[in-house]
Amino acid sequence: MMINNRPVFLNLFQFRFPIAAIMSVGHRASGVFMVLAFPFLVYILDLSLHGEAGFAAARDILQSLPVKLVLFVMLWALLHHLLAGIRFLLIDFDIGVDKLSGRFSAWAVMLAAPVLALLIGMLS
Amino acid sequence: MTRQASGFRAWILQRISAAYLGLYFIYIIGYFILSPPTSITAWKLWISNPINSVGLMLFFVALLIHAWVGFRDVVIDYVHPIMLRVGILSLTALGLVGSGLWVARVIFLGSAPL
Repeated sequence: MMINNRPVFLNLFQFRFPIAAIMSVGHRASGVFMVLAFPFLVYILDLSLHGEAGFAAARDILQSLPVKLVLFVMLWALLHHLLAGIRFLLIDFDIGVDKLSGRFSAWAVMLAAPVLALLIGMLS
Repeated sequence: MTRQASGFRAWILQRISAAYLGLYFIYIIGYFILSPPTSITAWKLWISNPINSVGLMLFFVALLIHAWVGFRDVVIDYVHPIMLRVGILSLTALGLVGSGLWVARVIFLGSAPL
């Protein structure tokens, strides 16, 4: 076994996080959030296919204000996850690996996700 | 595939499922923006089309694979006590497989004609 007695510094409040790190944490957090939200969405899908009454009930749930707010956060999480995922895939293909474009694309993901979520939310 | 290669398998599964999920999400968000189903009849008609029900089923298979690999990575990174890790991962697997069976039932029954 390796002897490991290096000093460890893990005070998260004193770390300086580059934007790509914050964006990456957002990728993980949004993923976990969506996994937890999954059964709720299956429930809505189930309800919406239970005849006239079920369809109306599902629509009422989706159109109530608190649920709409949760749906907006979910949409934001989804778009952040999707855009960050596309960024990671491009990096897998050696596109945008250098520091400057990495920083730029991280900012683009951070900003584009809420803007797109607002746009889609207003359209639907 | 050997045990040693399972990291690569998870990595590649994560990316293939991501590609399908990404494309499907763009399609489904487009559908709900452009022509959202306004009645149970329209909704049933959409989901009873084999292209849509099978596409949706595939979507959930890709989603479960993707969610499992991603969630497992997060748990392995942050949860170190082995019994706690095994507990969380077991519950997650049960939850994901359960949700998957539930959604399969919903799509099978829901796509039957009205």
